[in-house]
Amino acid sequence: MPNVMIRKNDAGDLLFYVAKKDMEETIATVEFDTADTWGGAVTLTDDSSWYIDPISPPPTFPTTLRFKRGNE
Amino acid sequence: MTTMTHDETQALIQEVLEAYPEKAKKDRAKHLAVNDQSLEQSKKCIISNRKSLPGVMTVRGCAYAGSKGVVWGPIKDMIHLSHGPVGCGQYSRAGRRNYYVGHTGVNTFGTMNFTSDFQEKDIVFGGDKKLAKLIDEMNQLFPLAKGISVQSECPIGLIGDDIEAVSKKKGKELDKPIVPVRCEGFRGVSQSLGHHIANDAIRDWVIGNRDGDETFATTPYDVAVIGDYNIGGDAWASRILLEEMGLRVVAQWSGDGTLAEMELTPKVRLNLIHCYRSMNYISRHMEEKYGIPWMEYNFFGPTKIAESLRKIAAFFDETIQANAEKVIAKYEAEYQAIIAKYRPRLEGKRVMLYVGGLRPRHVIGAYEDLGMEVVGTGYEFAHNDDYDRTIKEMGNATLLYDDVTGYEFEEFVKKIKPDLIGSGIKEKYIFQKMGVPFRQMHSWDYSGPYHGYDGFAIFARDMDMTINNPCWKSMQAPWLKTADAESQTLAA
Repeated sequence: MPNVMIRKNDAGDLLFYVAKKDMEETIATVEFDTADTWGGAVTLTDDSSWYIDPISPPPTFPTTLRFKRGNE
Repeated sequence: MTTMTHDETQALIQEVLEAYPEKAKKDRAKHLAVNDQSLEQSKKCIISNRKSLPGVMTVRGCAYAGSKGVVWGPIKDMIHLSHGPVGCGQYSRAGRRNYYVGHTGVNTFGTMNFTSDFQEKDIVFGGDKKLAKLIDEMNQLFPLAKGISVQSECPIGLIGDDIEAVSKKKGKELDKPIVPVRCEGFRGVSQSLGHHIANDAIRDWVIGNRDGDETFATTPYDVAVIGDYNIGGDAWASRILLEEMGLRVVAQWSGDGTLAEMELTPKVRLNLIHCYRSMNYISRHMEEKYGIPWMEYNFFGPTKIAESLRKIAAFFDETIQANAEKVIAKYEAEYQAIIAKYRPRLEGKRVMLYVGGLRPRHVIGAYEDLGMEVVGTGYEFAHNDDYDRTIKEMGNATLLYDDVTGYEFEEFVKKIKPDLIGSGIKEKYIFQKMGVPFRQMHSWDYSGPYHGYDGFAIFARDMDMTINNPCWKSMQAPWLKTADAESQTLAA
């Protein structure tokens, strides 16, 4: 369950940054991305999948969240 | 041989790899690549930030070098104690030429070496008592020091000293920040982890010190220069451009910087980051905690400077944007004259670079402004995101090498035959003896600054005097010269 910092890049995409792993990827899809919830299953552009319990109201980025690996 | 094709470069890599045993060959192959601009992500072609192979010659440093030497060392009004045996501090003392203003030994301590000089008994019985005694002693001898950072060397981690406890206790007693930094040299694969540890120490012990204190008068134009170590005066040459634009530089991290500047950084509007590799961590933290946006900029060469100034100005209002144009216009005559003078002498020269974590891509623009071409580049301790940024800067089919070994670098140079190599002091004399012009690009070969418009003038002059130095025509002993070669020299 790594700590992940989510921030927006200049193009407005969400970046998924794991400091410990030195990994930075763009988020491709988010299961829930509405006005009142954010989260669920998240896939990245490198095809890895992650999971976070949906948060409501949606967090303001940048922020650090705890994700689970998709297959856990 | 002018430009190589993709296949030729690939064949060159294969040829160089042939010398290795099977296992080493497999490992090293992942670190050498041919640049392909169409790739979005570097990890498809190059692997970086991995442990160096035992037995090959690497030029990497250690975590202590990253923390004490790079991030903490230049903060001038703090004492940085090299906690452990004497050598680490002494042999790295003042080597990076981080310039600063102040009276050394009175209110600034940049070029001095403070060490706890561990002996056998400290290793056996622990060094915490010695550290406490030392902190008192330093405070007595140098009362104007604003704080102390304890930079651990390898033995501290090995024997398990509790430097945090000593630092906390003494910090309360003396009412000064005393920062324990767990940057033992054995941590990580290179100095890169040292940067990260140092950034985390700043985050935990410095950044929050003035939270809730609103006495500092801010303006909407406050910026901080992050990751400029003022090598040969670089940060000063950068700072004046920002100030001419109408911005107020609140903090310099960490060249010619002070503890107070660092504590005030959370109050700025924008963090400008030059060395992304060593200070992106703290910028990310400040973005998250204080909502300060950050951007990377590049002050090498007029093209990149203009690009960066406009990008910086875009964060502010129209006055600043107009000022940015004024600054660019103001220096135009100056840099055009430099290009007119040196470009004819340097046009078409080919350069190979191998530096630390930022310059292998940042200086490409400056070389291109002078009509030179970078045909090979590589980092000592970059991570994948650095290579992501490099791919776009480099031409197609150029060579990329990560953590290049002494053998590989020599072989590449023999085959590619560049007109100039920019790398560190450990490579300098090998290549000069091979007859290749060389600039030491870590601390500008005792010259500098190279940042900003002022720096570009010095950069161009230095490259010219290195490449066009008459000594390169005297590489062969006179009695070995053939008649043919002699007439050539005379003609030249």
